[in-house]
Amino acid sequence: MTDAEFLLWVRGPAFNIALFIMLAGIVVRFMEILLMGRKTNLAEARGSEMAGGLNTIWRRTLPDADTFRRSGFTIIAGNVFHIGLFVVIFLFVPHILVFERLFGVSWAGLPSNIVDATTVVTIVALLAVLVHRVKDPVLRMLSNFSDYLAWLVTILPLITGWLAFNRVGLSGSTLIGLHILSVELLMVLFPFTKLSHAFTLVLARWYNGAIAGYKGVQS
Amino acid sequence: MKKDQTIGEVLRERGISRRSFLKFCASTASLMALPPSMIPVIAATLEKARRPSVIWLSFQECTGCTESITRSDSSTLEDLIFNVISLDYHHTLQACAGHFAEHIREQVIKDNAGKYILIVDGSIPVKDGGVYSTIAGMSNEQILKETAAHAAAIVAVGTCSAYGGIPKADPNPTGAVSVSDLIKDKPIVNVPGCPPIPNVITGVLVQFLTFGLPELDALGRPKAFYGQSIHDRCYRRPFYDKGLFADSFDDEGARKGWCLYKLGCKGPTTYNACATEKWNFGTSFPIQAGHPCLGCSEPDFWDAGSFYSALSTPTENIGKTAIYATAGGLLAGAAIGGVLRARKQAAVKAHQRVTIDDLDKES
Repeated sequence: MTDAEFLLWVRGPAFNIALFIMLAGIVVRFMEILLMGRKTNLAEARGSEMAGGLNTIWRRTLPDADTFRRSGFTIIAGNVFHIGLFVVIFLFVPHILVFERLFGVSWAGLPSNIVDATTVVTIVALLAVLVHRVKDPVLRMLSNFSDYLAWLVTILPLITGWLAFNRVGLSGSTLIGLHILSVELLMVLFPFTKLSHAFTLVLARWYNGAIAGYKGVQS
Repeated sequence: MKKDQTIGEVLRERGISRRSFLKFCASTASLMALPPSMIPVIAATLEKARRPSVIWLSFQECTGCTESITRSDSSTLEDLIFNVISLDYHHTLQACAGHFAEHIREQVIKDNAGKYILIVDGSIPVKDGGVYSTIAGMSNEQILKETAAHAAAIVAVGTCSAYGGIPKADPNPTGAVSVSDLIKDKPIVNVPGCPPIPNVITGVLVQFLTFGLPELDALGRPKAFYGQSIHDRCYRRPFYDKGLFADSFDDEGARKGWCLYKLGCKGPTTYNACATEKWNFGTSFPIQAGHPCLGCSEPDFWDAGSFYSALSTPTENIGKTAIYATAGGLLAGAAIGGVLRARKQAAVKAHQRVTIDDLDKES
């Protein structure tokens, strides 16, 4: 397989397969959660499920003071790499073109070299959380293969993307091909690992907040 | 002009000044990105070099490569090179034809065995016994193998001879292949491009005469000319870095000369000297003229997706995939969800209620 054939394959059939698995996987996971349903609460409502649910979706994004004191590093490094991922995925013009093809909508991107710098910061933050996970005895004990796999498939597209952008080591076609392939690996595993929190977090927070809201207490 | 004259002797005989010759050597050194200290080395080597005999074979091609190299002829500097190699066989440029032309080719092979340079443009059809392109009753493959057998080295000029090019494009009706697909025992230098830049073709020949076989990349191209991507040397690169792109061929971005990535530019995956060497005596190159790079110096460029879709975008109909995936997901989700729900209900049914009386019994 030549460089060009490889790039064409990852942009064509491989992307189609990955997209199919990811989208179908997300729909399946949503259906699983929604069809399971919740037990009917027979108690009289003392507040609004809707208000509690929406409030919690937003409030859980902000750390409370106690949690911050206990897990400051995790919160800071976690926010850095999450914001970094958002910038790199959604604000790099070549990526926006993919979303435009998929959803038909486009938006303004950031200058490419700012995204380049953000990629480096995100990679450093992800390496830091890995070191923290390995060094912290409790975290290490709680971690399983799936946690390390999720970390690997998240950092791989960042590394290959940075290499492709700066054309380090291999030819342009090979580097872009490897980058797209690493993204496809992420897409395939996305619904079936803890990475699915990217879409399940809304439901999870909603349920927590709605239960508390129904009882009229703070979530 | 005698056959065994050195290049220096030929130049003196033709009244070309030392100054013009050194200017040529300086521009050649610059073309190959060599330091000024190498200029005297190039001059000394070229002056002493014997004029090599060159056989140029044209197979499945459009003569664009020959058109290109003849453009270099109108420049005095390139003219030197044309006069210092002995171009003994070339369909388009030779005066003779028929049996006489073929006799010359055979004679050159015999007289210069192991010493001549073979230049090939065009791909070689191998399907159905190579009937799709024949010369003097011989298939292209036969001529190539016969001529290559005694060549010192082969220069594959143009993407067709280097990688198969447009004749090899899907569905490749003639079974077109590249020179390196057929010849395995000779040094081959690929000079791809559709067509290659005139100065690069002559530059590779000078490099070969001066320093021997040039250093090649993984695709057999001389690193001196194909070492960097179009994107990295493009004068529009600062716009890419700033995130300024043309969205169409006639919008504000296009008029302001912004980056053509969104319009399908293949600069990031294409290695060639267009952005630095340019065309028509350094006048312009496609991107400067407002058109995205097609990637013509890369293998399979004709089949590498649309010329006008950005490199990062999928090549297939992903809208359809999204619809099928959602439909498939809904069906699978309903099935799995149903099974889970049934399990849950069964578990609830199987659950044994424990009353206070039961607990009392146990105690």
